[in-house]
Amino acid sequence: MTDPSVSRESRVSRTAVTALMCLLAVYFMLPVYFLIVAATKPQGDLASTNGLVFSNFNLIDNVRILFTRSDGIFGRWAVNTVIYAVLGAAVGTLISALCGYALAKFPFRGRELLFSVVLGGVLVPTTALALPLFLLFSETGIVNTYLAVFLPSIVSPFGVYLARIFANAAVPQELIESARLDGASEFRTFFSVAFRLMTPALVTIFLFQFVAIWNNFFLPMVMLQKESLFPITLGLYQWNGQTARAPLLQQSVITGSLVSIVPVIIVFILLQRFWRTGLAAGSLK
Amino acid sequence: MTDISTRVPHVMSSPGGRRRRNGGRPRVGTVAAFLTPFFLPFLLFYVAPVGYALWQSLRVVRRTGGQYGTSYTAFGGFEQYAQVFQNTEFWASIGRIGLFGIVQVPVMLFIALIMALLLDTPLLRLKAFFRITAFMPYAVPGVIAAIMWSYLYSPQLSPVVDLLEGIGWQPDFLGPGAVLWSAANVSTWLWTGYNMLIMYAALQAIPQELYEAAKLDGAGQWTIAWRIKVPIIAPAIVLTTVFSIIGTLQLYAEPAVLRQISSNISSTFTPNMLAYAVASGNNYQQAAAISVVIAVITFVLSFGFMRLTSKKAGL
Repeated sequence: MTDPSVSRESRVSRTAVTALMCLLAVYFMLPVYFLIVAATKPQGDLASTNGLVFSNFNLIDNVRILFTRSDGIFGRWAVNTVIYAVLGAAVGTLISALCGYALAKFPFRGRELLFSVVLGGVLVPTTALALPLFLLFSETGIVNTYLAVFLPSIVSPFGVYLARIFANAAVPQELIESARLDGASEFRTFFSVAFRLMTPALVTIFLFQFVAIWNNFFLPMVMLQKESLFPITLGLYQWNGQTARAPLLQQSVITGSLVSIVPVIIVFILLQRFWRTGLAAGSLK
Repeated sequence: MTDISTRVPHVMSSPGGRRRRNGGRPRVGTVAAFLTPFFLPFLLFYVAPVGYALWQSLRVVRRTGGQYGTSYTAFGGFEQYAQVFQNTEFWASIGRIGLFGIVQVPVMLFIALIMALLLDTPLLRLKAFFRITAFMPYAVPGVIAAIMWSYLYSPQLSPVVDLLEGIGWQPDFLGPGAVLWSAANVSTWLWTGYNMLIMYAALQAIPQELYEAAKLDGAGQWTIAWRIKVPIIAPAIVLTTVFSIIGTLQLYAEPAVLRQISSNISSTFTPNMLAYAVASGNNYQQAAAISVVIAVITFVLSFGFMRLTSKKAGL
């Protein structure tokens, strides 16, 4: 506001800019707002009342129906989602951090070659991997188990790439050296010195990998037949396909969508400084 | 070579004379212990499937005797690939996705760039609010985004359709001509904010002093944006383009959800849907060949685009 150039910019352009951004904000919020409104309505009101205006408040009942439908399968899907996305991202972050740290801080022969292989992995489309993985897994009998979705999800070449950049930037070589002089093993040095310094970076890697797993629909779709193993996305997809035969499912699909995305959106807003760091690192190649 | 270059700062940074004789270089076993937890799964779940797909794609199912003979798989050379390239559904799906990408990617990145530039000017207030609303869709999985939008497209439920009918327009978002663009809208909604933030992060890294000289020369915000900011963040724009190209070729969840409510999306609408449909028909070798072709096209396009733009920028 102290910028002298601002006073020279006309009020007109400032208004135009704000109006444009408001329009875009409406666009980005519209589906979520619609979902919030729709999730509070009884099924009967969905088609008969305006989608953007609240009518009879039935949210509590909708949530109760959502969680009791088909013996509470939605709760099961929620637990599965936590296993796949939260646990998968946690394990994935740890192994990415170990690998990225070693690639950044240990001088060894073939290091650059290994890093190039990892970078190549970033470009391999995960959807193209899903079908061959299914064929491979069906020969070993892992198909249609938790492991079929969990194991491939822990591998994140992008996570290793970020971990290497962050380890280079955040962990001074002097600290590693002095830990070594104190007689600490390399693992001890990593967990008690590097791990702490890298914590903000690790949160970033965790968030990125969480979203990647949370978004990966094709892999669970290909791997899983048993409903009890589904993540929320696959479960809602299946319910959504049945609404023509069972119209009452519509309300549960809507409520289920809201219940599953709102906590994630809130966590993302709370942790926004972390993903901004990650995006900055990703753009400065 | 790399060994020496990486050891130089390492040696210099350690206090003289206090180093151990091996320069604090961890043993091979220790290095392996750090690398194995990542590289073992990477090998099993990234490298092996690629190899397996390549191998499968070179095989064909043959039968002894007539149509009802016992089947066995044999080496078929490029037979599967020849079939992929002769498959009209394959070309139709590639054409669809090509049209989708040529329109959706530039539109999305243009909006993202405009938003990033506006967020970077002193003209705008409530920046945090606009940044968060645009980025919020990133937390929503494609399936759920498509479900949300499909309700906004459906003639029975949609307040948008009601609104447009109110002003005398009868939109059919799920019609044969429109449904591709309805899917494109879901992608745009999902990814604009993400791309915007990558560009915005690059803009914030530009030192402010760069603008001072331009301002002294009387350049306005507009000129500064197009003549100074955009060229500097070109690498970020290239990066978002490559991500978008990869994303477009991977399209599956959004059209699959819209297919549940629109008869105008076939089971082979996108290359990935085709691969899945072929695999469901138990023709695994053909599905593997399609997967390989998709991966190669993705790689060639994204890598080619990076090369092309980096040459143009004289990098």
